Amino acid sequence: MSLLAILGVISSAIFSGTSLLYTTLGETIHQRSGIVNLGLEGIMLISASAGFGITVMTGSPYLGVLVATITGGLVNMILGFLVVTRRANQLASGLALMFFGFGLSALIGKPFVGAKINALPRISLPGISNLPILYASLFEFDILIYLVIPMAFLIWWLLFRTRWGLGLRAVGENADTAFASGRNPFLIRYQALFLGGMLAGLGAAHLSIAYTMNWSEYMTAGRGFIAVALVIFSKWHPLRAIVGALLFSGAVAFQLLLQSSGVQVSPFLLDTIPYILTLLVLMAWGGTRRHAAPASLGRVYQGGQQ
Amino acid sequence: MDNSQALSPTTGESAAAAEPLVALRGITKTFPNVVANDKVDLDIYNAEIHALLGENGAGKSTLMKILYGFYRADAGLILHRGEPYAIRSPQDARAIHIGMVFQDLNLIPALSVAENIALFLPDLPAILKAKEIAARISEISKRYNLQVDPHALVSHLSIGEQQKVEILKLLLSDARLLILDEPTRVLAPHEVDALFSVLNRLREDGYAIILITHKMKEVLACADRITVLRKGRVAGSLLRSEAYENALVELMFAKKIPALQVSHKAQHAQAGKPLLELRSVGTRGEGAETSLKDIDLQIYPGEIVGVAGVSGNGQKELGDLVLGMTDCTSGVKLLNGEDMTHLSIQQVRKGGVVFIPENPLAMASVPYMSVLENFSLTNIWRYARHAGLSMDWQSAKIDAQSTLANLGFDVPLYVPAKALSGGNMQRMVIAREMSHQPRLIVASYLTRGLDVQSTLSARKALLQARDEGAGVLLISEDLEELFQLSDRLIVLYQGKIVGTCTPAGTDVYEIGHLMTGSEVNYAPQG
Amino acid sequence: MPRKDKRQSQSNSLLRKALDLVARYALMVLVVLLLFGLILLISGKDPIQSYKDIFSATLGSSYGFSEVIVAMTPILITALAVALPSRTGLINVGGEGQLYMGACLATWGAITFGSLPAWVLLPLMLLLGTLGGALWAFIPGYLKSLGLVNETITTLLLNSVAPKIVAFFVFGFWHSPMDTNKTPNFSSAARLPTFFNSRIDLSFFFALALLAAFWYVMKYSRWGLEMRAIGGNPQAAKRNGIPLNRYWVIIMCIGGVIAGLAGMAQVSGYYGVLLVNFSRGLGFMGFLVSWLSFGDPLGILVTSFVVSIIVTGGNLLQLTSGIPYAVINILLAFTLFVVLARPVFFKRKEA
Repeated sequence: MSLLAILGVISSAIFSGTSLLYTTLGETIHQRSGIVNLGLEGIMLISASAGFGITVMTGSPYLGVLVATITGGLVNMILGFLVVTRRANQLASGLALMFFGFGLSALIGKPFVGAKINALPRISLPGISNLPILYASLFEFDILIYLVIPMAFLIWWLLFRTRWGLGLRAVGENADTAFASGRNPFLIRYQALFLGGMLAGLGAAHLSIAYTMNWSEYMTAGRGFIAVALVIFSKWHPLRAIVGALLFSGAVAFQLLLQSSGVQVSPFLLDTIPYILTLLVLMAWGGTRRHAAPASLGRVYQGGQQ
Repeated sequence: MDNSQALSPTTGESAAAAEPLVALRGITKTFPNVVANDKVDLDIYNAEIHALLGENGAGKSTLMKILYGFYRADAGLILHRGEPYAIRSPQDARAIHIGMVFQDLNLIPALSVAENIALFLPDLPAILKAKEIAARISEISKRYNLQVDPHALVSHLSIGEQQKVEILKLLLSDARLLILDEPTRVLAPHEVDALFSVLNRLREDGYAIILITHKMKEVLACADRITVLRKGRVAGSLLRSEAYENALVELMFAKKIPALQVSHKAQHAQAGKPLLELRSVGTRGEGAETSLKDIDLQIYPGEIVGVAGVSGNGQKELGDLVLGMTDCTSGVKLLNGEDMTHLSIQQVRKGGVVFIPENPLAMASVPYMSVLENFSLTNIWRYARHAGLSMDWQSAKIDAQSTLANLGFDVPLYVPAKALSGGNMQRMVIAREMSHQPRLIVASYLTRGLDVQSTLSARKALLQARDEGAGVLLISEDLEELFQLSDRLIVLYQGKIVGTCTPAGTDVYEIGHLMTGSEVNYAPQG
Repeated sequence: MPRKDKRQSQSNSLLRKALDLVARYALMVLVVLLLFGLILLISGKDPIQSYKDIFSATLGSSYGFSEVIVAMTPILITALAVALPSRTGLINVGGEGQLYMGACLATWGAITFGSLPAWVLLPLMLLLGTLGGALWAFIPGYLKSLGLVNETITTLLLNSVAPKIVAFFVFGFWHSPMDTNKTPNFSSAARLPTFFNSRIDLSFFFALALLAAFWYVMKYSRWGLEMRAIGGNPQAAKRNGIPLNRYWVIIMCIGGVIAGLAGMAQVSGYYGVLLVNFSRGLGFMGFLVSWLSFGDPLGILVTSFVVSIIVTGGNLLQLTSGIPYAVINILLAFTLFVVLARPVFFKRKEA
């Protein structure tokens, strides 16, 4: 197992983990406000297809990223309407949104299947370009990758060091108390969904415009669900989410490494490693974790006035 | 407690200024089954402690929730400094400096003290400055003797400390009218004194304070002005100087309440096998729960053992332990002489143990199932036929009806449980648990939230069971109730039994001190 | 109020309630048809013609109707696999995975014992299928009873693992010589018999039997009472001596058994082969049908019928109009949105 191969795994993990991390950050915001969003899969697909399509049509990947981001926020408003205003069950609403995403993204993306795009340019940091080209090329990242960890810190700061973040966390713990403090839990949840949706859209944009550079139906392959698990895995903390996303995508990359070094294991079984790993870790941390969840997670807020 | 200050409206801008800070006129509020407030008038003055007195269900909480904007009145007016002011939400109330401390404290356990307080600060900057907030908290808490660690998580604080945080929250958010809803429910007697001295200090500084309570003694100890509510209406409003106990009782209750005839078992030789025996039992509490340590306890047939303690010191856990909801991590639990330490709840119940919980709706009944179905839950195995394929509802109905008749309760059988009033719900649970001659009754906060009628019938049912030979473990926060009903008393503090006595040989203050863990260096009075 | 009048006014209000319900459903259907018609328009298709085609293909002919039944059967079964656990408060989103594992084990049986006569082989495959599903559901159930992980998350994760295990077996050991994506055709002894000159197979009757059993058990039996208690208030059930953990594990396994049955029926009845990735979200479909009907047996029957009309219609649209099959998901989603957005009409029992 050469150094090159190991670095290759790390590089691959970073590439595939970036979209996962953005989405996980978005879902962290959702869950901190008390909402479980099972529709992330659908949001990501719609954003990915829309962003990809715009990139093909205008030739500008930046515009595509922008459109994908905003699309994510807007689509999430559907969930907001169902879950916040109509007070529907969060799980069912999320799954409905997922199906919606399957269908709408297929429709939007159909004309663009197989299209080639100007992907987001990859840049390397100053020191890296001096390395031999094999190594250097592994670490040429696009701007979204460079921004993802600062984004995690930004979200952390937003949640824990601002007035808005305090209000959001209060809503996720006890919406009645937040209401008693003069806040509007409905509005705050909509805001959380918009911001989180934009982050999911950003993650989707990275997937189609920067990483895989194509579009196909169902291309998110379960990332939306993984994000939900990762939020729990990281105890609803944006900075721990970095570790979680890296670990998960690292496991995916690791199995590719095993394959390439001639280990004779079926790729399908190796494919299951990340999921089983996540499950094992959730089990191991299960006992202590129960009390760390936002107290109102998943609960419908009925409103304070009578 | 020095009453002299309370006798005349003295300091600040109170009665002499003659204009109330806030006035309610003709407030009416109806809920689906009940008129909670019926044309209520109320005057609140600065620098005054105004007690809102009434029994459970009289409408005190509802009225204050309207004042705080949590409910909207169906009719009536609220005046602020003489001008009408519409309160449509807590925001409106807070805008005129009204603050409220709810019964179930409105704190978020997962956040710190400072964060909880910051949440309610009206001038909180968009970017939080932790040091500044902590400094402001220190300043106020020193002034009024409400010390807490700003960085501590609320989940780690005791109830008394949490209450301090609530008050700090109000003070720091510039409230000038403080509403306290039954603040002393969870405090031991000398903690109550401490609270009242804080309230006095606040009154001296000109704050207006509304104290919701159903405890006569507190009202007489600290209020300047008293308004009595009865069944949603104002029964009377008096100054402290005009008020004395009998007058207040008459206002609170339209009719005389017959005192409960209780005969205590004499200090009987505890003969025979104990129904319940706990030897060095310990449990491990999770999260906010208290761990029990080294519990030794026996309960014999025909006696009521009362458990006193401040909420959160292990009483709930003791009850759950006996039932089997909580596992013993050490020690032995014997029921009827047999080792039942690790048996399931089903098996414990089959041994004749029943459980009356403090919150029957949340803890012991299934809201959307009918009352009859709820009734059968404890005894499903009695009514199952054909190996479980069908249920004998006829027998269940007969059993339910006869038990209810025996106890003198009248509860409809075919409505969904959630349609029952609080009192009827408790009656249903009591009847269900008593329905098959229980041998050991664990009653946890039996009469919390009940009106007088229901309280009486619940206590009567308990005594009836005891007289028929059952043993009772009575967990209660109401010291009066414990003193009235128990044959023996134990006191729990931080999960340990710190005292055992009989009601005759002690008094509330000694028990109160045991409850809060201080040394008993206080001579019992009388 | 005199007896006769009371009865009259009772039946009047019942009639009014029924009319009310029908009116609301009709309004919902109308809204959904309008919304999806819009999507069709945008894609350049004629909505009216499309709807006419769908109608004639599904309800307009007896063969079309039988196709709807064929599509309905697995959805009905997977819905039951969700509904039963849901009555105890369990959220089984793992139907997809349990389905695959059931199909997997049943396929192993078909391949290994393919030479046995049908009356031995089919029950064997049934057993294997239900075993596969039960196993896959046992894990989340057990973990939940230990208080370690929420069953929603475990079932979701296991959903992603199961298809890969199926792919592993098919690619590695079972695939037919010509196509690595599927097994060779099952022997005729391994196929569920069909009826009515259509593709309706034995599993349809299983589905009806399961539905009836579900209805009976929940309404009349002791276990139904205890399950409803657990679903209505787990703490109260526990305090009354009902063994929560035992129920959760067992009921979850039974849910898996049912989903495994659906999986076996798919490979043995519908397809006759095991195809990698054969399920297009059947498990999730069952989840949604169960949720839409609040776990009520009659509601499940009606809802799965309606959904299968949509699905069958979708197949047709793909063939005739070139719209990707995935687009039918939009119609499904709209139906769900409309129902979810009107909780005030549908808030009945909250099992």
